[in-house]
Amino acid sequence: MDMQATKKKLGLKERYQVMTRGLDWTPSYQKMEDIYPYVAYEGIKIHDWDKWEDPFRLTMDAYWKYQAEKERKLYAIIDAYAQNNGHLSVTDARYINTVKLFLTGVSPLEYMAHRGFAHAGRQFPGAGPRVACLMQSLDEIRHAQTQIHALSNYNKHYNGLHEFRHMHDRVWYLSVPKSFFDDAVTAGPFEFMVAIGFSFEYVLTNLLFVPFVSGAAYNGDMSTMTFGFSAQSDEARHMTLGLEVIKFILEQDPANLPIVQRWIDKWTWRGYRVLTLVAMMMDYMLPKRTMSWKEAWEVYFEENGGALFKDLARYGITMPKCAETIALEKDHLSHQAWGTFYNYGAAAAFHTWVPEKDEMDWLAAKYPESFDKYYRPRLEYWREQAAKGNRFYNKTLPMLCQTCQIPMLFTEPGDPTKICYREVDYKDNKYHFCSDHCKEIFEHEPEKYIQSWLPVHQIYQGNCFPEGTDPTGEGFDPLAAVLQYYHLEFGRDNLDFEGSEDQKNFDTWRGMATKNV
Amino acid sequence: MSTVFIALQTNEDTRPIIDAILADNPHARLNEQPAMVKIDAERTLTVRRSSIESLLGRDFDLQELHINLISLSGNIDETDDELTLSWNA
Repeated sequence: MDMQATKKKLGLKERYQVMTRGLDWTPSYQKMEDIYPYVAYEGIKIHDWDKWEDPFRLTMDAYWKYQAEKERKLYAIIDAYAQNNGHLSVTDARYINTVKLFLTGVSPLEYMAHRGFAHAGRQFPGAGPRVACLMQSLDEIRHAQTQIHALSNYNKHYNGLHEFRHMHDRVWYLSVPKSFFDDAVTAGPFEFMVAIGFSFEYVLTNLLFVPFVSGAAYNGDMSTMTFGFSAQSDEARHMTLGLEVIKFILEQDPANLPIVQRWIDKWTWRGYRVLTLVAMMMDYMLPKRTMSWKEAWEVYFEENGGALFKDLARYGITMPKCAETIALEKDHLSHQAWGTFYNYGAAAAFHTWVPEKDEMDWLAAKYPESFDKYYRPRLEYWREQAAKGNRFYNKTLPMLCQTCQIPMLFTEPGDPTKICYREVDYKDNKYHFCSDHCKEIFEHEPEKYIQSWLPVHQIYQGNCFPEGTDPTGEGFDPLAAVLQYYHLEFGRDNLDFEGSEDQKNFDTWRGMATKNV
Repeated sequence: MSTVFIALQTNEDTRPIIDAILADNPHARLNEQPAMVKIDAERTLTVRRSSIESLLGRDFDLQELHINLISLSGNIDETDDELTLSWNA
């Protein structure tokens, strides 16, 4: 990069003052509570907004300069990758299923984050957090756009990416990430900042963007590597904002501590449940693996998050209670999730498969306590059945957790042979949960979570068929109708990778790229 | 003891930055991964503008780090001359 470092007239700290608080003013003819109507109702007490300090002290002029440089680099790489048919250099076509899951599950969240930060930023009376939220809001729309641009190249060649936005609002497993973000943006501005700025950005995104994106590079996907790292370069700033928010709120008033602690507990768990998809992507969907989910969790949560919570102990913050449950799940999470998707492979917009023998050996080495004992025999049985022409597809619909909306696939903490069920009676209805933590979240805010749009309930209520469908008609096929409603083409976008159009096309095209035909 | 880290993309821009960080922080460990490096250090890590400039042979603004930065951890303090990551506990 040939970047000029210009001589500044002001130092970093003075420039930050001038370009944030220096641009603010005190209103004279409107009341503060009318301008910032949402700032008080959550119970957070702020006495001095000027105590806010952005550690990076990034100002808007510098922001535009560096973001423009990031975009130039990113688009040069994306163009080169597309022009060179880079999609044919990925390890094998199974890999492409990770980008399908990414585009349908994650990219729409980037757009929601853009909206969320624009909204939350508007609500804060302090100029420092408003400027930081403005930058993050712009970052997030950039992430949505660059991901859509980068992955559109795959849509030209492979199935399952064509209706990512339509699917995001409808498909059963996509309600997990969607409802997570909808939950956050419908909270108050302080809770949103703790939910996304802290629990998600600081504690958890390292697991999504760092080892997974490094894994994309390892599997030859230069376009995902480049948008992933480009996004993550902004995340470093977001994490800093997230940590700053927590420290600022806690330093302002001791009465804020119990409110913040409850939000940290809630959102660490909510974020972790969404990462179930990432766990499965890392352990099962990357043909060449860099790091197991368990290893990534140990590095980025236990080690890094542990250091963070030790640092925050001076404010009275403690490690979320759910960390103990998570530690018990880390040997099982990805295996249970992949097993579920293998079951429901007829209703997913990506392909599933049984891992090859060398991949099972890798899993056994990474999960010596669990893989050979609980999960390999099941996978081998499925492979035998598939070889006999009995590829297993589950045709019934699973019960979903009312809070995280994930099928009840998780096992009891400490007993991987027993499915974990919890239930609560509330106002004449029974609600079901995957864990003690999802149950506790519901019990604290039942009026919010009884409104959950649960895909399975909606299907049974007849709300997920194309308009004009008659479910009482002769030979009605509910699965076919639901897939039409999803805009998911049976036999093309779903089912096993073995025998898929993606598999055939990739082999043919790669052959054409290396031989004269 | 708590560990801080900084993760950077591996490319020609970051080579002198990584070298400067490792020279200025003898206690730091370099952890190389596909397309990236993660530099871990006990308690604190300092990125010094002057060290980067002497390897790069031109003026460097520490905020240029944002372009190739992947992730970091710790409390941050940034001035025109230094970026420091640290844990208090």
